[in-house]
Amino acid sequence: MEWEVVIGLETHAQLQTKTKIFSGASTAFGAEPNTQACEVSIALPGVLPVLNKEAVNCAIKFGLAVNAQITPRSVFARKNYFYPDLPKGYQISQYELPVVGKGAVTIQVPAVGKNPAYEKVINITRAHLEEDAGKSVHGAVEGMSGIDLNRAGTPLLEIVTEPDMRSAAEAVAYAKKLHELVQWIGICDGNMQEGSFRCDVNVSVRPKGSDKLGTRREIKNLNSFKFMQQAIEFETRWQIETLEDGGAIQQATVLFNPDTGETRAMRTKEEANDYRYFPDPDLLPLEITEADKARVSAEMPELPEAMKARFESEYGLTGYDAATLTASRDVADYFVAAVKAGADAKPAANWVMGAVSAKLNAEEKAITESPVTAEQLANLIKRIMDNTISNNAAKQVFEVMWNGDGEVDAIIEKKGLKQVSDAGAIEAIIDEVLAANAAMVEEFKAGKEKAFNALVGQAMKASKGKANPAQVNEMLKKKLEA
Amino acid sequence: MINSSLKTLSQMLAKKEISSVELAQAFLNRIDAFNPEINAYIALDQDKTLAQAKAADARIAAGNAEPLTGIPIAQKDIFCANGWKTTCSSKMLENFVAPYDAHVISRFDAAGAVNLGKTNMDEFAMGSSNETSYFGGVKNPWDFTRVPGGSSGGSAAAVAARLCAAATGTDTGGSIRQPASLCGFTGLKPTYGVVSRYGMIAFASSLDQAGPMAKSAEDCALMMNVMAGFDERDSTSLNREKEDYTRDLNKPLQGLRIGLPKEYFAEGLDANVAKVVMDAVTEYKKLGAEIVDISLPNTGLSIPVYYVLAPAEASSNLSRYDGVRYGYRTPEYTDLMDMYCKTRAEGFGEEVKRRILIGTYVLSAGYYDAYYLKAQQIRRLIAQDFEEAFKHCDVIMGPAAPSTAFKAGEKVDDPVAMYLEDLYTIAVNLAGLPGMSIPAGFSNSLPVGLQIIGNYFDEARMLNVAHQYQQVTDWHTRMPEGLA
Repeated sequence: MEWEVVIGLETHAQLQTKTKIFSGASTAFGAEPNTQACEVSIALPGVLPVLNKEAVNCAIKFGLAVNAQITPRSVFARKNYFYPDLPKGYQISQYELPVVGKGAVTIQVPAVGKNPAYEKVINITRAHLEEDAGKSVHGAVEGMSGIDLNRAGTPLLEIVTEPDMRSAAEAVAYAKKLHELVQWIGICDGNMQEGSFRCDVNVSVRPKGSDKLGTRREIKNLNSFKFMQQAIEFETRWQIETLEDGGAIQQATVLFNPDTGETRAMRTKEEANDYRYFPDPDLLPLEITEADKARVSAEMPELPEAMKARFESEYGLTGYDAATLTASRDVADYFVAAVKAGADAKPAANWVMGAVSAKLNAEEKAITESPVTAEQLANLIKRIMDNTISNNAAKQVFEVMWNGDGEVDAIIEKKGLKQVSDAGAIEAIIDEVLAANAAMVEEFKAGKEKAFNALVGQAMKASKGKANPAQVNEMLKKKLEA
Repeated sequence: MINSSLKTLSQMLAKKEISSVELAQAFLNRIDAFNPEINAYIALDQDKTLAQAKAADARIAAGNAEPLTGIPIAQKDIFCANGWKTTCSSKMLENFVAPYDAHVISRFDAAGAVNLGKTNMDEFAMGSSNETSYFGGVKNPWDFTRVPGGSSGGSAAAVAARLCAAATGTDTGGSIRQPASLCGFTGLKPTYGVVSRYGMIAFASSLDQAGPMAKSAEDCALMMNVMAGFDERDSTSLNREKEDYTRDLNKPLQGLRIGLPKEYFAEGLDANVAKVVMDAVTEYKKLGAEIVDISLPNTGLSIPVYYVLAPAEASSNLSRYDGVRYGYRTPEYTDLMDMYCKTRAEGFGEEVKRRILIGTYVLSAGYYDAYYLKAQQIRRLIAQDFEEAFKHCDVIMGPAAPSTAFKAGEKVDDPVAMYLEDLYTIAVNLAGLPGMSIPAGFSNSLPVGLQIIGNYFDEARMLNVAHQYQQVTDWHTRMPEGLA
């Protein structure tokens, strides 16, 4: 039987606010345990939550970015359960009425083997605001578990998709897209190691063609795209094998072990908590007006989709190039800065996607760490545009700049890379070449087109690569046809 | 002096006829004499009290005193007060010293009032007789064999026995008004949201409201001037303009429309109490008021609705007492679950556990719609009853409690009988309305309270209605014999 995997994601994005979602305590990462735990964070008797407006702005930004309905009146609810790192004995979250309703994102799924790249729309079911719990620290206190409440009350946006993904590749493409988007709009730092962006993946399988969903298992807390890919692939195989062996899938929460590459059940549905959700009487319903949306909208950066369209219409880039450049805000910013500094858009796009990214990839650097700035790249491209240097020479200049050895013009000067465009000088070289290669000239005149290219090559070689290739071409043609 | 109004005390302080230290010391002496028997206070700290009194004297001398500067106030032990043990009368918080001030406490501090001590109460404010306190019951100053009512029983006894100039209380289902009725003094539960709940240990968040407990309406108005006001740390605190609650005290009552709900004079009301209440109504007629018969048809549903909603919220509010960060932790346990179970089994009393269980049950999957959601719907109907009634009257009057103070131990094993104590007060909390109880006479030598219910934010008018009655009666000046 042919099987189909069905995947939905729940992502917790930690919002970039200075203070916690319901108190004034700092959210900075890495402080000494319990130094960022105020009376509200440790849930002293009598304390009350007050909603951080900045967290609400983040949620509105996200809603606008995924074209979602923003709920005019959403409700905070208490999710009740006991755990030592949950100080109140309940988490303030949103349940029946989340702040962000249905929306969608378009993902680019890369080509794999013979399968070409494609775009797909993934529907967002909802996104809601909630507070994070603290952390249990094992081993810090002899014979006991320690509790660090610095993280307790940190604002999170939980983003839930429809079960729209049909492969690990699609799930990873979505996660990457979302990861980029939340950073793009400035609501999350995207740091997966510090837990700022973590994904739970719901996986089920069904016979291909069926419209009924299979029983799902939820893979918890994946903190890298690589693990996500591996975990989904393993989980999919495991579920198919289980069903093919005549077994049944039990709804469960599973953990992925990166060392073994396997998923393992943590608890089944029967063991799940009854969270006894009810509206939090300490908080009023969250009201968001059209004016609020307009205000936040005005603060929003241009979104990737809009920027992609603009790159196509304004700069004449292909859809593929525009999508590639807008896959990351930093890359897009770099490209735009190069164009603003005077580079033509098309060569700038080619350089950013070509030489610059190749170098960054090789050295595992982010574009914000590029040793060649957008302005330097623009200066380089300008020298190509004004025929000072050839493309080949430009690559050499780029290498030198990358290593931090000077600016464009100085390098061209120092290395003697300036292109020869002087007609007299080029004519002299061509005459020399024609004289020295009479056999080739004969071949060309006999109809062998290849000989022409060979002659061009000889001329370029004779100029040590500095002759303007277009001029060489033109003049050679003129001389041979004369 | 111990029977003087806050206004008189304030004038005596201003004229230097007495110092705040002397005043505080006088009350501390009375507390020394009577508290061992009455058990109204569960935390006292003479040094702190006298230091505040001394500071108040300095402020008075410097000429920037406010009306309550130097006045000794008793604080219900539900309010966190920095450096004070704040226990909510629970073993769970027996040794908890609050590291911060509740909004109410900081308001009194800013006004220059003097904190005399923390008063006894039903555990986590759950009870109507003060008998659920971990620190023992409180005696009704009018009859030591009887309860003072609850949950603000300690504050009630302290006011009635003149062990303070005035006190604070909180009222979730009647915890200010019922003890005010049983102990014979004036108590006001303001409109929900008028007094900040920050630092007031939560029982049922959507119902809890702090208010004054004092000898007279005028005293309550002065207390309200300190307690009320917006606080950004409480999201349910209402951002309204500051009011002077004394502003209408002296308005005549000519033309006042008093609504008498027939449901408040039906089965369950003690005949003697009914008579005292009707005598008070007659007095109001003499003052120019007219009587309107009204109906609050859903009154009978208020107790069942309350005993779904309040325990639901409480079950969640009290989850934080888990033995992890502060408060009681069982001495011996095998693992986390064992620690949780023993800590909560040992740290909470029977009534608190009963309500946590009820609350957990009504919020559980499969029961939520039938109980919690249904109760919320009826809660709206109850509020609509009042909305309708206030189209025909300005204030509503009736009993505050179905009977006078009952004997200690009488209802302690019958929770439902105890819950019926709040028959006339609970609907007011469910609707979020202001309500008060004022002394209206006696039945068999025990005080009887008259309840006055007002429309939202009508506290100043209610205080006016109460004050005018207190101008022509002297019930509010009576104090128990033998405590002079």
